[in-house]
Amino acid sequence: MKSLLTVTTVLLCMALPAKAETGAVADIPLSRQAEIRYLLKQDCGSCHGMQLTGGLGPALTAERLKPLPESLLTATILKGRAGTPMPPWETFLSEVEATWLAQQLRAGTALQEETP
Amino acid sequence: MNIRKLLLPLLLLLALPIHAEEACQPRGTGDLGIIIERETGSLQVVNTTQRKSLARLEGLGDLSHASAVFSRDARHAYIFGRDGGLTKVDVLCGKLVKRIMQGGNSIGGAISQDGSLIAVSNYEPGGVKIFSAEDLSLVADIPATPIAEGKNSKTVGLVDAPGQRFVFSLYDTGEIWLADLRQPDKPAIQKFTDIGVQPYDALITPDGRYYIAGLFGEDGLALLDLWHTDNKPQRILDHYGKGEEALPVYKMPHLEGWAVAGGRAFLPAVGHHEVLVADARDWQQQAKIKVHGQPVFVMARPDGRQLWVNFAFPDNDAIQVIDAETLQIIKTLKPGKGALHMEFTPRGEHVWVSVRDEDKVLVYDTETLEPLTELPVKKPSGIFFTSRAHQTGL
Repeated sequence: MKSLLTVTTVLLCMALPAKAETGAVADIPLSRQAEIRYLLKQDCGSCHGMQLTGGLGPALTAERLKPLPESLLTATILKGRAGTPMPPWETFLSEVEATWLAQQLRAGTALQEETP
Repeated sequence: MNIRKLLLPLLLLLALPIHAEEACQPRGTGDLGIIIERETGSLQVVNTTQRKSLARLEGLGDLSHASAVFSRDARHAYIFGRDGGLTKVDVLCGKLVKRIMQGGNSIGGAISQDGSLIAVSNYEPGGVKIFSAEDLSLVADIPATPIAEGKNSKTVGLVDAPGQRFVFSLYDTGEIWLADLRQPDKPAIQKFTDIGVQPYDALITPDGRYYIAGLFGEDGLALLDLWHTDNKPQRILDHYGKGEEALPVYKMPHLEGWAVAGGRAFLPAVGHHEVLVADARDWQQQAKIKVHGQPVFVMARPDGRQLWVNFAFPDNDAIQVIDAETLQIIKTLKPGKGALHMEFTPRGEHVWVSVRDEDKVLVYDTETLEPLTELPVKKPSGIFFTSRAHQTGL
């Protein structure tokens, strides 16, 4: 089982573009931003709704998230929330990327495509 | 990537402009179905004999997690959208009949035994609403148990049951409710409490006897025997993940596709790369099948000879086919990233597979396990064929 997991993880790392480990939010390339937006819409969307208006998971609209501190949102994205179905995404998103996503969500711009 | 971006609209243009009038022929609807295009709020009406698209309908709102049921004449589809939209579609003529916003956030629905009532399960406001299948007028409103000021439990796993009943589970409060709609405007509700932590979805056996709710908050499922509703729901497959660490769950499994084959029931394990196998008579666990990822749908081919399994993110590029007799994996297919849903043709010679990230639906031959046809469909998710019209729980 362990070795199967390792193989899966290795395959995954090959399939998914590497998350950026260091750097600032401003350094996240547009192509990676687009990937994160896609992940948000398609995969986070299965619980939070594709328009982020909520589902099994709560709404991720700016209206709801603005009162919450950015650090709390970043930590929730990376570590998940115990006792709820929210899983940790740190395998797929770096801290910088999660911070960027938290900022986008609080600003209500997370779903907006930016044209290069 | 850029070329694909350019090609896709062209392909869609070439393949899709088929006029509604062409679809509306004097014919049966038994080999028709719909495919949800989740991102564009649209759907395609398809023909499973000719393996082609007949019509495309737009304007159905947010269709992430959309599902559908069919009228008993198999002419109309009722589509339940995430945004609370309920849409009645004429499948024969490929047109939208009526669309209402019935709630703020919904998760699925069911059609009554006699086909006269449509029930919709809502997250917001938490509860179930009952509508006339004819004109979508509101017949009854069943708010779920309150959990906070102005907030009620989310409802999940809504199915129809014999006796003009609906059954559903309350996610936040761990209950199963059985609603008797023989008097449509006066639902009689029987409540079962303490059924387990966080029921996330449920199914009913094809004979309409057992309602089984999967639990997210603990390892196990709750089983209600609808022949003996004086008894409390019993726990089955308790502690199925015993001694194993549960993995993060990036997508909730679905229990809608009831898979029972050769006297065994096959169910997705939550947080494990496993399909659970139980004896369908006494519900004792018989085996676990190690699979490629966390299963989302475990579906039996209509003859029960094979099981087809798809997986949660990040393993959603694969589908595995399992021999229902030997429990061995026969083949791992790689249809592409975002293999979200599968639907068998009525007698199972083909299966249609949604491949979201590649904007296509693949039709596989279930004997050769080779793809036969590829249809361009924009971000496809649920596929629903009219054969569901005559199956309890679908």
